[in-house]
Amino acid sequence: MLNPVTAWRHFLARPNDDRVKVFGVAVLVAFACAVIVSTTAVMLKPIQDAHVEAERAARMARMLDTLPGMREVMEEAGVDSLETRIVDLSTGAFVTDIDAASYDAEAAANDPEQSTVIPANEDVAGLRRRANYAPVYLLERDGELLLIVLPVSGAGYQSTIQAMLALEPDLTTIAALTITEQGETPGLGARIEEQVWQELWLGKQIADETGQIVISVVRGTASGPHQVDGISGATVTSNGIANMLRYWLGDHGYGTFLDRLTSEGLGNGL
Amino acid sequence: MVSNLRHVTAPLIGNNPITLQILGICSALAVTTSLSTALVMSLALTAVLCLASASISLIRHHIPNVIRLIVQIIIIASLVIVIDELLQAYAYEISRQLSIFVGLIVTNCLVMGRAEAFAMRNPVWPSVLDGLGNGLGYSLVLIIVGSIRELLGAGSLLGYTILTPASEGGWFVPLGLMQLAPSAFFIIGLLIWVIRTRWTEQVETAKFTLKTQEVRQ
Repeated sequence: MLNPVTAWRHFLARPNDDRVKVFGVAVLVAFACAVIVSTTAVMLKPIQDAHVEAERAARMARMLDTLPGMREVMEEAGVDSLETRIVDLSTGAFVTDIDAASYDAEAAANDPEQSTVIPANEDVAGLRRRANYAPVYLLERDGELLLIVLPVSGAGYQSTIQAMLALEPDLTTIAALTITEQGETPGLGARIEEQVWQELWLGKQIADETGQIVISVVRGTASGPHQVDGISGATVTSNGIANMLRYWLGDHGYGTFLDRLTSEGLGNGL
Repeated sequence: MVSNLRHVTAPLIGNNPITLQILGICSALAVTTSLSTALVMSLALTAVLCLASASISLIRHHIPNVIRLIVQIIIIASLVIVIDELLQAYAYEISRQLSIFVGLIVTNCLVMGRAEAFAMRNPVWPSVLDGLGNGLGYSLVLIIVGSIRELLGAGSLLGYTILTPASEGGWFVPLGLMQLAPSAFFIIGLLIWVIRTRWTEQVETAKFTLKTQEVRQ
Protein backbone atom coordinates (compact mmCIF):
# COMPACT_ATOMS: atom_id res chain seq x y z
CA MET A 1 0.00 0.00 0.00
CA LEU A 2 1.46 3.33 -1.08
CA ASN A 3 1.19 6.02 1.54
CA PRO A 4 0.81 9.42 -0.18
CA VAL A 5 2.68 11.26 2.58
CA THR A 6 5.67 8.95 2.43
CA ALA A 7 5.57 9.00 -1.37
CA TRP A 8 5.66 12.81 -1.28
CA ARG A 9 8.60 12.75 1.16
CA HIS A 10 10.43 10.29 -1.09
CA PHE A 11 9.79 12.54 -4.07
CA LEU A 12 11.15 15.62 -2.26
CA ALA A 13 14.15 13.67 -1.01
CA ARG A 14 15.21 12.76 -4.54
CA PRO A 15 18.29 14.60 -5.77
CA ASN A 16 17.51 17.73 -7.78
CA ASP A 17 19.13 16.44 -10.97
CA ASP A 18 17.05 13.26 -10.88
CA ARG A 19 14.83 12.90 -13.97
CA VAL A 20 11.66 12.07 -12.05
CA LYS A 21 12.19 15.09 -9.84
CA VAL A 22 12.81 17.41 -12.80
CA PHE A 23 9.62 16.31 -14.54
CA GLY A 24 7.67 16.21 -11.29
CA VAL A 25 8.63 19.73 -10.26
CA ALA A 26 7.93 21.08 -13.74
CA VAL A 27 4.47 19.50 -13.83
CA LEU A 28 3.58 20.53 -10.28
CA VAL A 29 4.71 24.16 -10.72
CA ALA A 30 2.91 24.43 -14.05
CA PHE A 31 -0.24 22.92 -12.57
CA ALA A 32 -0.25 25.20 -9.52
CA CYS A 33 0.30 28.28 -11.69
CA ALA A 34 -2.42 27.21 -14.14
CA VAL A 35 -4.92 26.80 -11.32
CA ILE A 36 -4.10 30.23 -9.85
CA VAL A 37 -4.25 32.03 -13.20
CA SER A 38 -7.46 30.41 -14.42
CA THR A 39 -9.23 30.89 -11.09
CA THR A 40 -8.45 34.61 -11.08
CA ALA A 41 -9.40 35.01 -14.73
CA VAL A 42 -12.73 33.22 -14.33
CA MET A 43 -13.62 34.98 -11.09
CA LEU A 44 -12.83 38.47 -12.34
CA LYS A 45 -14.36 38.06 -15.81
CA PRO A 46 -17.84 39.42 -14.93
CA ILE A 47 -16.37 42.58 -13.34
CA GLN A 48 -14.10 43.18 -16.35
CA ASP A 49 -16.93 42.65 -18.83
CA ALA A 50 -19.07 45.13 -16.92
CA HIS A 51 -16.28 47.75 -17.27
CA VAL A 52 -15.97 47.19 -21.02
CA GLU A 53 -19.73 47.38 -21.49
CA ALA A 54 -19.99 50.53 -19.33
CA GLU A 55 -17.17 52.14 -21.28
CA ARG A 56 -18.89 51.45 -24.60
CA ALA A 57 -22.24 52.72 -23.32
CA ALA A 58 -20.60 55.85 -21.90
CA ARG A 59 -18.91 56.66 -25.20
CA MET A 60 -22.13 56.13 -27.07
CA ALA A 61 -23.96 58.39 -24.59
CA ARG A 62 -21.26 61.07 -24.91
CA MET A 63 -21.57 60.92 -28.66
CA LEU A 64 -25.34 61.26 -28.52
CA ASP A 65 -24.91 64.27 -26.24
CA THR A 66 -22.81 66.05 -28.86
CA LEU A 67 -25.62 65.77 -31.40
CA PRO A 68 -27.88 68.81 -31.18
CA GLY A 69 -31.45 67.94 -30.32
CA MET A 70 -30.83 64.19 -30.29
CA ARG A 71 -31.79 63.77 -26.64
CA GLU A 72 -35.16 65.47 -27.19
CA VAL A 73 -35.90 63.23 -30.15
CA MET A 74 -35.04 60.16 -28.09
CA GLU A 75 -37.23 61.32 -25.24
CA GLU A 76 -40.09 61.79 -27.68
CA ALA A 77 -39.51 58.32 -29.08
CA GLY A 78 -39.46 57.02 -25.51
CA VAL A 79 -36.02 55.36 -25.67
CA ASP A 80 -32.85 56.08 -23.74
CA SER A 81 -30.41 54.22 -25.96
CA LEU A 82 -30.07 53.20 -29.58
CA GLU A 83 -31.38 49.95 -30.98
CA THR A 84 -28.64 47.45 -31.85
CA ARG A 85 -29.05 45.36 -34.98
CA ILE A 86 -26.71 42.93 -36.71
CA VAL A 87 -26.02 43.36 -40.41
CA ASP A 88 -24.68 40.83 -42.89
CA LEU A 89 -22.09 42.93 -44.69
CA SER A 90 -21.99 40.87 -47.91
CA THR A 91 -25.76 40.94 -48.57
CA GLY A 92 -26.47 44.18 -46.75
CA ALA A 93 -29.47 42.68 -44.95
CA PHE A 94 -30.33 42.71 -41.25
CA VAL A 95 -29.76 39.36 -39.54
CA THR A 96 -32.19 38.28 -36.84
CA ASP A 97 -30.84 34.91 -35.72
CA ILE A 98 -27.85 36.40 -33.87
CA ASP A 99 -28.32 37.90 -30.43
CA ALA A 100 -27.17 41.51 -30.80
CA ALA A 101 -26.35 41.93 -27.11
CA SER A 102 -23.86 39.07 -26.97
CA TYR A 103 -22.32 39.41 -30.46
CA ASP A 104 -18.61 40.19 -30.18
CA ALA A 105 -17.52 41.79 -33.46
CA GLU A 106 -13.86 42.04 -32.44
CA ALA A 107 -13.62 38.33 -31.66
CA ALA A 108 -15.47 37.49 -34.89
CA ALA A 109 -12.97 39.49 -36.95
CA ASN A 110 -10.14 37.28 -35.65
CA ASP A 111 -12.02 34.03 -36.21
CA PRO A 112 -11.42 32.65 -39.75
CA GLU A 113 -14.87 30.97 -39.64
CA GLN A 114 -16.68 34.23 -39.01
CA SER A 115 -14.60 36.63 -41.06
CA THR A 116 -13.54 37.36 -44.62
CA VAL A 117 -10.13 38.25 -46.01
CA ILE A 118 -10.23 41.74 -47.49
CA PRO A 119 -8.79 41.78 -51.05
CA ALA A 120 -5.49 43.68 -51.01
CA ASN A 121 -6.65 46.27 -53.56
CA GLU A 122 -9.70 47.13 -51.43
CA ASP A 123 -7.91 47.07 -48.08
CA VAL A 124 -7.26 50.82 -47.82
CA ALA A 125 -7.77 50.68 -44.03
CA GLY A 126 -5.04 48.04 -43.60
CA LEU A 127 -7.27 45.62 -41.70
CA ARG A 128 -6.58 42.35 -43.63
CA ARG A 129 -9.79 40.71 -42.29
CA ARG A 130 -13.24 41.84 -41.34
CA ALA A 131 -16.09 40.08 -39.59
CA ASN A 132 -18.95 38.84 -41.77
CA TYR A 133 -21.52 40.44 -39.52
CA ALA A 134 -21.33 43.89 -37.94
CA PRO A 135 -23.48 45.56 -35.30
CA VAL A 136 -25.13 48.88 -36.20
CA TYR A 137 -26.95 51.17 -33.81
CA LEU A 138 -29.99 53.06 -34.99
CA LEU A 139 -32.68 55.40 -33.86
CA GLU A 140 -36.04 55.37 -35.60
CA ARG A 141 -39.41 57.00 -35.12
CA ASP A 142 -42.52 55.54 -36.76
CA GLY A 143 -40.39 53.39 -39.05
CA GLU A 144 -38.37 56.37 -40.22
CA LEU A 145 -34.60 56.42 -39.65
CA LEU A 146 -33.33 59.38 -37.61
CA LEU A 147 -29.73 58.41 -36.96
CA ILE A 148 -27.46 55.47 -37.64
CA VAL A 149 -24.19 54.73 -35.89
CA LEU A 150 -21.63 52.45 -37.55
CA PRO A 151 -18.58 51.02 -35.75
CA VAL A 152 -15.49 51.44 -37.94
CA SER A 153 -11.81 50.57 -37.52
CA GLY A 154 -8.56 50.94 -39.39
CA ALA A 155 -4.80 51.07 -39.12
CA GLY A 156 -3.27 54.30 -37.84
CA TYR A 157 0.42 55.05 -37.41
CA GLN A 158 1.18 52.46 -34.73
CA SER A 159 -2.16 51.06 -33.60
CA THR A 160 -5.57 49.99 -34.83
CA ILE A 161 -8.03 52.82 -34.36
CA GLN A 162 -11.63 52.04 -33.45
CA ALA A 163 -14.33 54.64 -33.93
CA MET A 164 -18.06 55.19 -34.10
CA LEU A 165 -19.43 57.08 -37.08
CA ALA A 166 -22.92 58.58 -36.79
CA LEU A 167 -24.70 59.39 -40.05
CA GLU A 168 -27.76 61.52 -40.66
CA PRO A 169 -30.76 59.92 -42.42
CA ASP A 170 -29.38 60.93 -45.86
CA LEU A 171 -26.56 58.41 -45.06
CA THR A 172 -23.83 60.71 -46.32
CA THR A 173 -23.74 63.61 -43.85
CA ILE A 174 -21.59 62.95 -40.79
CA ALA A 175 -23.50 63.63 -37.58
CA ALA A 176 -20.60 62.72 -35.29
CA LEU A 177 -17.32 60.84 -35.24
CA THR A 178 -16.01 59.45 -31.94
CA ILE A 179 -12.73 57.62 -31.51
CA THR A 180 -13.32 54.77 -29.09
CA GLU A 181 -9.90 53.14 -29.03
CA GLN A 182 -6.45 54.17 -30.23
CA GLY A 183 -2.79 53.79 -29.25
CA GLU A 184 -1.20 56.53 -31.35
CA THR A 185 1.77 58.71 -30.33
CA PRO A 186 0.81 60.82 -27.29
CA GLY A 187 0.69 64.52 -28.13
CA LEU A 188 0.66 63.86 -31.89
CA GLY A 189 -1.57 61.13 -33.33
CA ALA A 190 -3.36 60.64 -30.01
CA ARG A 191 -4.86 64.09 -30.50
CA ILE A 192 -7.55 62.44 -32.65
CA GLU A 193 -9.23 61.82 -29.29
CA GLU A 194 -9.62 65.57 -28.75
CA GLN A 195 -13.16 66.88 -28.96
CA VAL A 196 -12.06 69.90 -31.03
CA TRP A 197 -10.71 67.71 -33.81
CA GLN A 198 -13.65 65.30 -33.80
CA GLU A 199 -16.01 68.26 -34.14
CA LEU A 200 -14.35 69.22 -37.43
CA TRP A 201 -16.12 66.22 -38.96
CA LEU A 202 -19.62 67.43 -38.16
CA GLY A 203 -21.72 68.13 -41.23
CA LYS A 204 -19.07 66.90 -43.68
CA GLN A 205 -20.25 64.89 -46.68
CA ILE A 206 -18.84 61.40 -47.20
CA ALA A 207 -19.79 61.13 -50.87
CA ASP A 208 -20.33 63.59 -53.72
CA GLU A 209 -23.48 63.83 -55.92
CA THR A 210 -22.53 60.74 -57.94
CA GLY A 211 -22.14 58.58 -54.83
CA GLN A 212 -18.34 58.46 -55.10
CA ILE A 213 -16.67 58.48 -51.66
CA VAL A 214 -14.53 61.61 -51.64
CA ILE A 215 -14.02 62.50 -47.97
CA SER A 216 -10.38 63.25 -47.25
CA VAL A 217 -8.06 64.75 -44.69
CA VAL A 218 -5.93 67.63 -46.03
CA ARG A 219 -2.89 69.56 -44.90
CA GLY A 220 -3.35 73.23 -44.31
CA THR A 221 -6.85 74.61 -44.56
CA ALA A 222 -9.74 72.38 -45.48
CA SER A 223 -12.27 73.77 -47.92
CA GLY A 224 -15.63 72.46 -49.01
CA PRO A 225 -17.85 69.78 -47.50
CA HIS A 226 -15.55 66.85 -48.35
CA GLN A 227 -12.37 67.96 -46.59
CA VAL A 228 -11.22 67.93 -42.97
CA ASP A 229 -8.09 69.53 -41.51
CA GLY A 230 -5.41 66.99 -40.65
CA ILE A 231 -3.42 67.11 -37.42
CA SER A 232 0.02 68.58 -38.01
CA GLY A 233 2.76 66.10 -37.16
CA ALA A 234 0.30 63.21 -37.45
CA THR A 235 -0.30 62.86 -41.17
CA VAL A 236 -0.34 59.07 -41.10
CA THR A 237 -2.89 58.96 -38.29
CA SER A 238 -5.12 61.59 -39.93
CA ASN A 239 -5.00 59.79 -43.26
CA GLY A 240 -5.71 56.55 -41.41
CA ILE A 241 -9.05 57.96 -40.28
CA ALA A 242 -9.96 59.06 -43.82
CA ASN A 243 -8.94 55.65 -45.21
CA MET A 244 -10.95 53.92 -42.52
CA LEU A 245 -14.10 55.82 -43.55
CA ARG A 246 -13.33 55.20 -47.21
CA TYR A 247 -13.07 51.45 -46.62
CA TRP A 248 -16.05 51.03 -44.30
CA LEU A 249 -18.42 53.12 -46.40
CA GLY A 250 -17.20 51.47 -49.62
CA ASP A 251 -18.68 48.36 -51.23
CA HIS A 252 -16.65 45.93 -49.13
CA GLY A 253 -17.73 47.64 -45.90
CA TYR A 254 -21.19 48.98 -45.18
CA GLY A 255 -21.75 50.12 -48.81
CA THR A 256 -24.18 47.34 -49.76
CA PHE A 257 -26.07 47.74 -46.49
CA LEU A 258 -26.38 51.52 -46.88
CA ASP A 259 -27.63 51.10 -50.47
CA ARG A 260 -30.31 48.67 -49.35
CA LEU A 261 -31.19 50.93 -46.45
CA THR A 262 -31.83 53.75 -48.93
CA SER A 263 -33.88 51.65 -51.35
CA GLU A 264 -35.71 49.25 -49.03
CA GLY A 265 -35.84 51.11 -45.69
CA LEU A 266 -35.50 49.63 -42.23
CA GLY A 267 -37.37 46.40 -43.02
CA ASN A 268 -34.84 44.82 -45.35
CA GLY A 269 -34.04 41.22 -44.57
CA LEU A 270 -36.54 41.10 -41.71
CA MET B 1 16.57 42.50 12.05
CA VAL B 2 18.90 45.41 11.34
CA SER B 3 20.83 43.30 8.86
CA ASN B 4 17.54 42.38 7.17
CA LEU B 5 16.53 46.01 6.88
CA ARG B 6 19.64 46.54 4.79
CA HIS B 7 17.93 44.52 2.02
CA VAL B 8 15.24 47.19 1.84
CA THR B 9 17.39 50.31 2.09
CA ALA B 10 20.36 49.29 -0.05
CA PRO B 11 18.52 49.23 -3.42
CA LEU B 12 16.95 52.67 -2.86
CA ILE B 13 19.97 54.72 -3.96
CA GLY B 14 23.16 52.81 -3.23
CA ASN B 15 22.27 49.82 -5.40
CA ASN B 16 19.29 51.21 -7.28
CA PRO B 17 18.07 48.77 -9.97
CA ILE B 18 17.53 51.50 -12.56
CA THR B 19 20.27 54.05 -11.96
CA LEU B 20 23.06 51.64 -10.97
CA GLN B 21 22.13 48.27 -12.45
CA ILE B 22 20.36 49.86 -15.47
CA LEU B 23 17.57 47.25 -15.39
CA GLY B 24 13.90 47.72 -16.24
CA ILE B 25 14.58 50.72 -18.47
CA CYS B 26 11.97 49.79 -21.10
CA SER B 27 8.99 50.13 -18.78
CA ALA B 28 10.55 53.16 -17.10
CA LEU B 29 10.38 54.92 -20.49
CA ALA B 30 6.93 53.76 -21.43
CA VAL B 31 4.78 54.32 -18.37
CA THR B 32 6.20 57.58 -17.01
CA THR B 33 4.23 60.01 -19.21
CA SER B 34 2.07 60.74 -16.18
CA LEU B 35 2.50 60.28 -12.44
CA SER B 36 -0.61 58.13 -11.96
CA THR B 37 0.49 55.47 -14.46
CA ALA B 38 4.00 55.52 -12.96
CA LEU B 39 2.53 54.97 -9.48
CA VAL B 40 0.34 52.05 -10.53
CA MET B 41 3.19 50.46 -12.48
CA SER B 42 5.45 50.84 -9.41
CA LEU B 43 2.85 49.17 -7.22
CA ALA B 44 2.31 46.34 -9.70
CA LEU B 45 6.03 45.70 -10.11
CA THR B 46 6.71 45.83 -6.36
CA ALA B 47 3.87 43.38 -5.71
CA VAL B 48 5.11 40.98 -8.40
CA LEU B 49 8.69 41.25 -7.15
CA CYS B 50 7.78 40.51 -3.51
CA LEU B 51 5.45 37.61 -4.35
CA ALA B 52 7.85 36.11 -6.91
CA SER B 53 10.78 36.32 -4.50
CA ALA B 54 8.70 34.72 -1.75
CA SER B 55 7.41 31.82 -3.83
CA ILE B 56 10.73 31.11 -5.53
CA SER B 57 12.59 31.26 -2.24
CA LEU B 58 10.00 28.94 -0.68
CA ILE B 59 10.68 26.13 -3.15
CA ARG B 60 14.33 26.98 -3.85
CA HIS B 61 15.67 23.68 -2.45
CA HIS B 62 13.52 21.68 -4.86
CA ILE B 63 14.04 23.62 -8.09
CA PRO B 64 16.23 21.43 -10.31
CA ASN B 65 19.12 23.46 -11.64
CA VAL B 66 18.52 22.48 -15.28
CA ILE B 67 15.00 23.96 -15.38
CA ARG B 68 15.38 26.76 -12.82
CA LEU B 69 14.95 29.62 -15.31
CA ILE B 70 11.76 28.09 -16.73
CA VAL B 71 10.35 27.55 -13.25
CA GLN B 72 11.17 31.16 -12.32
CA ILE B 73 9.60 32.52 -15.50
CA ILE B 74 6.44 30.47 -15.11
CA ILE B 75 5.96 31.71 -11.53
CA ILE B 76 6.65 35.34 -12.49
CA ALA B 77 4.41 35.15 -15.57
CA SER B 78 1.51 33.73 -13.56
CA LEU B 79 1.82 36.45 -10.93
CA VAL B 80 1.91 39.12 -13.64
CA ILE B 81 -1.24 37.75 -15.26
CA VAL B 82 -3.00 37.72 -11.90
CA ILE B 83 -1.99 41.34 -11.21
CA ASP B 84 -3.01 42.37 -14.73
CA GLU B 85 -6.43 40.74 -14.31
CA LEU B 86 -6.88 42.47 -10.94
CA LEU B 87 -6.03 45.85 -12.47
CA GLN B 88 -8.47 45.27 -15.33
CA ALA B 89 -11.17 44.47 -12.81
CA TYR B 90 -10.54 47.11 -10.16
CA ALA B 91 -8.55 49.90 -11.88
CA TYR B 92 -9.94 49.72 -15.40
CA GLU B 93 -9.02 53.26 -16.55
CA ILE B 94 -5.40 52.96 -15.43
CA SER B 95 -5.01 49.47 -16.83
CA ARG B 96 -6.14 50.86 -20.21
CA GLN B 97 -3.44 53.53 -20.03
CA LEU B 98 -0.76 51.03 -19.01
CA SER B 99 -1.94 48.73 -21.83
CA ILE B 100 0.62 45.99 -22.46
CA PHE B 101 3.27 47.26 -20.06
CA VAL B 102 1.85 45.41 -17.06
CA GLY B 103 2.10 42.21 -19.07
CA LEU B 104 5.66 43.11 -19.98
CA ILE B 105 6.72 42.99 -16.31
CA VAL B 106 7.41 39.33 -17.17
CA THR B 107 10.27 40.41 -19.38
CA ASN B 108 11.53 43.01 -16.92
CA CYS B 109 15.11 41.96 -16.22
CA LEU B 110 14.73 43.31 -12.70
CA VAL B 111 12.31 40.57 -11.59
CA MET B 112 14.28 37.70 -13.12
CA GLY B 113 17.50 39.28 -11.87
CA ARG B 114 16.37 39.33 -8.26
CA ALA B 115 14.94 35.80 -8.47
CA GLU B 116 18.15 34.41 -9.91
CA ALA B 117 20.58 36.46 -7.81
CA PHE B 118 18.84 36.55 -4.45
CA ALA B 119 15.69 34.47 -3.97
CA MET B 120 17.32 31.25 -5.22
CA ARG B 121 19.92 31.42 -2.43
CA ASN B 122 18.19 33.05 0.54
CA PRO B 123 15.37 32.25 2.99
CA VAL B 124 11.87 33.58 2.43
CA TRP B 125 11.85 36.66 4.68
CA PRO B 126 15.09 38.26 3.43
CA SER B 127 13.96 37.50 -0.15
CA VAL B 128 10.67 39.34 0.39
CA LEU B 129 12.55 42.31 1.85
CA ASP B 130 14.98 42.26 -1.06
CA GLY B 131 12.04 42.24 -3.48
CA LEU B 132 10.41 45.09 -1.59
CA GLY B 133 13.62 47.14 -1.53
CA ASN B 134 14.25 46.70 -5.25
CA GLY B 135 10.60 47.43 -6.00
CA LEU B 136 10.82 50.64 -3.99
CA GLY B 137 14.09 51.62 -5.66
CA TYR B 138 12.43 51.14 -9.05
CA SER B 139 9.34 53.03 -7.83
CA LEU B 140 11.44 55.96 -6.60
CA VAL B 141 12.98 56.50 -10.04
CA LEU B 142 9.63 56.02 -11.81
CA ILE B 143 7.94 58.55 -9.52
CA ILE B 144 10.68 61.15 -10.04
CA VAL B 145 10.66 60.68 -13.83
CA GLY B 146 6.86 60.56 -13.95
CA SER B 147 6.51 63.78 -11.93
CA ILE B 148 8.99 65.69 -14.09
CA ARG B 149 7.44 64.45 -17.33
CA GLU B 150 3.85 65.18 -16.34
CA LEU B 151 4.70 68.58 -14.84
CA LEU B 152 6.73 69.80 -17.82
CA GLY B 153 4.79 67.93 -20.48
CA ALA B 154 1.24 68.71 -19.41
CA GLY B 155 1.59 71.25 -16.56
CA SER B 156 -0.22 68.99 -14.12
CA LEU B 157 0.43 66.39 -11.43
CA LEU B 158 -1.90 63.40 -10.95
CA GLY B 159 -4.27 65.18 -13.31
CA TYR B 160 -4.49 68.37 -11.22
CA THR B 161 -3.34 71.47 -13.09
CA ILE B 162 -0.27 73.03 -11.47
CA LEU B 163 0.98 75.25 -14.30
CA THR B 164 -1.89 76.64 -16.36
CA PRO B 165 -1.07 76.00 -20.03
CA ALA B 166 -1.02 78.92 -22.46
CA SER B 167 -3.97 77.42 -24.35
CA GLU B 168 -6.11 77.97 -21.23
CA GLY B 169 -4.88 81.49 -20.49
CA GLY B 170 -1.75 80.76 -18.45
CA TRP B 171 1.89 81.42 -19.30
CA PHE B 172 3.10 77.83 -19.46
CA VAL B 173 3.81 76.23 -22.83
CA PRO B 174 3.82 72.41 -22.40
CA LEU B 175 6.96 70.70 -23.65
CA GLY B 176 5.73 68.14 -26.19
CA LEU B 177 9.07 66.32 -26.01
CA MET B 178 8.35 65.35 -22.38
CA GLN B 179 5.42 63.21 -23.58
CA LEU B 180 7.71 61.17 -25.83
CA ALA B 181 9.91 58.28 -24.76
CA PRO B 182 13.34 59.93 -25.40
CA SER B 183 12.73 62.50 -22.66
CA ALA B 184 12.74 59.68 -20.10
CA PHE B 185 16.21 58.74 -21.31
CA PHE B 186 17.38 62.32 -20.77
CA ILE B 187 15.88 62.49 -17.28
CA ILE B 188 17.24 59.09 -16.21
CA GLY B 189 20.63 60.10 -17.64
CA LEU B 190 20.64 63.34 -15.67
CA LEU B 191 19.52 61.44 -12.56
CA ILE B 192 22.41 58.99 -12.89
CA TRP B 193 24.77 61.94 -13.33
CA VAL B 194 23.47 63.63 -10.14
CA ILE B 195 23.66 60.38 -8.14
CA ARG B 196 27.17 59.55 -9.30
CA THR B 197 28.37 63.08 -8.55
CA ARG B 198 27.07 62.80 -5.00
CA TRP B 199 27.98 59.13 -4.39
CA THR B 200 31.27 58.92 -6.26
CA GLU B 201 31.81 55.24 -5.34
CA GLN B 202 29.17 54.38 -7.98
CA VAL B 203 31.35 55.68 -10.79
CA GLU B 204 32.62 52.72 -12.77
CA THR B 205 36.24 52.57 -13.74
CA ALA B 206 36.71 52.48 -17.46
CA LYS B 207 37.28 48.91 -18.66
CA PHE B 208 39.22 50.05 -21.66
CA THR B 209 41.25 53.15 -22.29
CA LEU B 210 41.64 54.80 -25.64
CA LYS B 211 45.02 54.15 -27.13
CA THR B 212 46.83 57.34 -27.90
CA GLN B 213 47.39 57.56 -31.60
CA GLU B 214 50.97 57.51 -32.68
CA VAL B 215 51.52 60.17 -35.23
CA ARG B 216 53.40 58.80 -38.15
CA GLN B 217 56.33 60.93 -39.17
